[in-house]
Amino acid sequence: MAVERVEMTEMAPEERIKSQRVEVNVGLTKEEAMREATRCMDCVNPTCMEGCPVSINIPKFIKNIERGNILEAASVLKETSALPAVCGRVCPQEVQCEQRCFYVEKLNLPSVAIGHLERFAADFERESGVISVPELAESNGVKVAVIGSGPSGLSFAGDMAKLGYDVTVFEALHEIGGVLKYGIPEFRLPNAVVDVEIENLRRMGVKFITNYIVGQTASLDDLKEEGYKAFYVGSGAGLPRFMNIPGENSNGIMSSNEYLTRVNLMGADSEESDTPILRGKNVVVVGGGNTAMDSVRTAKRLGAERAIIVYRRSEEEMPARVEEVHHAKQEGIEFLTLTNPIEYIADENSRVKQIKVQKMELGEPDASGRRRPIPMEGSEYTIDATVVVVAVGVSPNPLIPNSVEGLEVSKWGTIEVVKDKMQSSIPEVFAGGDIVRGGATVILAMGDGRKAAKNMNIYLQEKYLSNKVEH
Amino acid sequence: MNKIVEKENFSEKVVKIVVEAPLIAKARKPGNFVIVRVGEKGERIPLTIAGADIAKGTITIIVQKMGVSSTKLCQLEVGEYVTDLVGPLGKPTEIHNVGTVLCCGGGVGVAPLLPIVEGYKKAGNRVITVIAARSKELLILEDEMRKHSDELIVMTDDGSYGRKGLVTEGMEEVIKREKVDECITIGPAIMMKFCSLLTKKYEIPTMASLNSIMVDGTGMCGACRVTVDGKTKFTCVDGPEFDAHKIDFDEMMSRLGGYKEEENDKMDHFQN
Ligand SMILES: Cc1cc2nc3c(=O)[nH]c(=O)nc-3n(C[C@H](O)[C@H](O)[C@H](O)COP(=O)(O)OP(=O)(O)OC[C@H]3O[C@@H](n4cnc5c(N)ncnc54)[C@H](O)[C@@H]3O)c2cc1C
Ligand SMILES: Cc1cc2nc3c(=O)[nH]c(=O)nc-3n(C[C@H](O)[C@H](O)[C@H](O)COP(=O)(O)OP(=O)(O)OC[C@H]3O[C@@H](n4cnc5c(N)ncnc54)[C@H](O)[C@@H]3O)c2cc1C
Ligand code: SF4
Ligand code: SF4
Ligand code: FES
Repeated sequence: MAVERVEMTEMAPEERIKSQRVEVNVGLTKEEAMREATRCMDCVNPTCMEGCPVSINIPKFIKNIERGNILEAASVLKETSALPAVCGRVCPQEVQCEQRCFYVEKLNLPSVAIGHLERFAADFERESGVISVPELAESNGVKVAVIGSGPSGLSFAGDMAKLGYDVTVFEALHEIGGVLKYGIPEFRLPNAVVDVEIENLRRMGVKFITNYIVGQTASLDDLKEEGYKAFYVGSGAGLPRFMNIPGENSNGIMSSNEYLTRVNLMGADSEESDTPILRGKNVVVVGGGNTAMDSVRTAKRLGAERAIIVYRRSEEEMPARVEEVHHAKQEGIEFLTLTNPIEYIADENSRVKQIKVQKMELGEPDASGRRRPIPMEGSEYTIDATVVVVAVGVSPNPLIPNSVEGLEVSKWGTIEVVKDKMQSSIPEVFAGGDIVRGGATVILAMGDGRKAAKNMNIYLQEKYLSNKVEH
Repeated sequence: MNKIVEKENFSEKVVKIVVEAPLIAKARKPGNFVIVRVGEKGERIPLTIAGADIAKGTITIIVQKMGVSSTKLCQLEVGEYVTDLVGPLGKPTEIHNVGTVLCCGGGVGVAPLLPIVEGYKKAGNRVITVIAARSKELLILEDEMRKHSDELIVMTDDGSYGRKGLVTEGMEEVIKREKVDECITIGPAIMMKFCSLLTKKYEIPTMASLNSIMVDGTGMCGACRVTVDGKTKFTCVDGPEFDAHKIDFDEMMSRLGGYKEEENDKMDHFQN
């Protein structure tokens, strides 16, 4: 009989909603992983790899798992991905690698659990304690700076360290990791997983400087004077969008960035933290992406009786990972789809108490390819809310574009780069991740970091080390 | 980690701290602020840079005890460290030679006003400064202000020092007496609101420096949003100074109370 796709063991919903810091997915056992690995048919033409933005050699790592060579599997992953334990957890696999798996494309069966297996191999390596530090080229003494310590900056830093560069990462916040730390909650991605990767980079000689805002604490030119020869900007899409509807600045209404930062970065879910958080009986989260799911599930964990998603399209159009929507439902999150807020109503202390919403219907597909939501006249009604979290997207962080003269920026505020090279209009400045894409995924941000490293190496070799490098 | 090298208690509630931060000392301009965090469980709080010494690599901050975070900072002694310090943040004050400038500070708002007064004076303006406090003990930086101003007026609510009355009374006297080209006001929101109403009456361009609640200070969270001229702005990156006549002060004041209950709980927890 055919082997069925492995089921990830999960913490029971009623248990896990008691803590922000308990991971929902428990992980696969070695037996489960090895059995799942047998499902992979080691296709001659592995279409799954086309679905992975960084083309991880999927059959190769999976077949190593099947043979029980888990550490070998982990090193295959590391050939391509700097943070496999992270991607195995947060990649939207169902629209990337797994969507292109032979099982899905040809057999109409559930795909090989590529993400679960990736996480398994990376976790196994980490827990085994024998993490291989990659071989480093001899130091070439050339200093490069990384601006921002999100996944993009980290993967860039790792590759450049391997190539022998003297790498320093500058981070505005007091923690390293970007969205991986301040945004994505620990019930999805434990900080410890990220910290091990950061520790590895340290062991490879990468230096980290926190509380340093390039463009404010010192300028790019100041850094040049200190001897930095080239820069990688991975400063992310940190600017939250609001809807600009009446009453949106009432108390109790905040961006998902504020809400998640207070909890995930500042630890406001704990009594011991000095940072306050608003806990409400009825928490409404506006939006349908990962950020919205993370916020609404955080609200549940902070004790909300009702935690509600309000989203203007239908569930099918939700950009969130399917698994997160599924987990949210298990946890008792309510979904009000085809519904859009149009006004906030506050009490006499300017604290939000109700949201006026409008029903929507779906029309023709818009530029994003998703069906456009159209308001239904006369369908307005109100829902009660004591806390509202607005998770309707982010814009590129303007700090670097504003502070570096001559840097070409698109009308959306993203840094313009030569595609595939990630080089900006200033030759020694490269950029990637959300600051270039506007808001994408961890794996794309990491892929950009790797591309930039490759091309910056070529640039620096030719300019400072007078070496010709094969393009 | 930044070391505290000097500390002075201005009053029971207001403390001056000089802390090592060489890069910030070099980069800062009048109007800039920093974000400070004390302890691994500490909150990030914004504080204006009241002065800097590039040679020594230090900045001066002046803190008023409000809740847990400011109290923890005030409790640190010389030789101890601030866990995190980042800056300089915010847009600097736009200082030009405009003629006569009226600088008005209330309470601990006098601290952020000092570098601005210095800046205006250096730019060649006639600087008239009005500083106000509830009573004599709460008054800060009088000598420094006098040194950099052409004229200094001191007001106290209870008349225990200087003249009795609100900051606006001192201001109006000056405005009636001579032509004022520009005004800047820093202090409690309610004070800034009334300063703004006064100068609006006399059509004097006025800037106010807002002390919104903040988290990151880099434009990432939106906690610091205010309405200026009908549009939402982020105080940390678009400000902290805005055209006072266009600020929605009532909304700003209500937003300052957005975490009041939660902050009070934290204070109870801290004290017990
Ligand atoms: C709540 C949430 C959930 C998400 N869930 C998923 C998911 O499940 N799967 C997925 O693939 N993607 C997810 N994403 C998207 C993903 O996290 C981002 O695409 C990714 O983190 C972008 O990486 P980055 O390195 O470009 O930037 P970021 O991770 O944003 O990091 C940028 C860093 O740069 C710092 N910085 C900015 N300016 C400066 C400066 N001037 N000087 C110094 N430092 C600076 C910032 O403080 C920040 O730490 C999620 C995003 C959020 C917010
Ligand atoms: C740009 C900027 C510059 C600032 N500069 C200085 C400075 O130089 N010196 C200084 O002492 N303070 C300054 N502040 C204010 C300072 O940040 C707050 O007093 C501090 O965050 C309070 O933290 P807390 O935990 O001690 O008190 P909390 O427990 O947060 O607050 C205690 C009480 O004060 C109220 N409150 C909270 N935040 C503020 C605020 N920002 N303004 C007024 N009331 C508030 C609360 O509603 C609460 O009732 C500045 C603020 C900003 C935004
Ligand atoms: S990195 Fe993401 S897309 Fe690529 S194989 Fe791993 S889980 Fe799939
Ligand atoms: S397409 Fe599916 S079955 Fe084929 S190699 Fe990839 S994971 Fe294995
Ligand atoms: S403090 Fe977070 S955006 Fe201003």
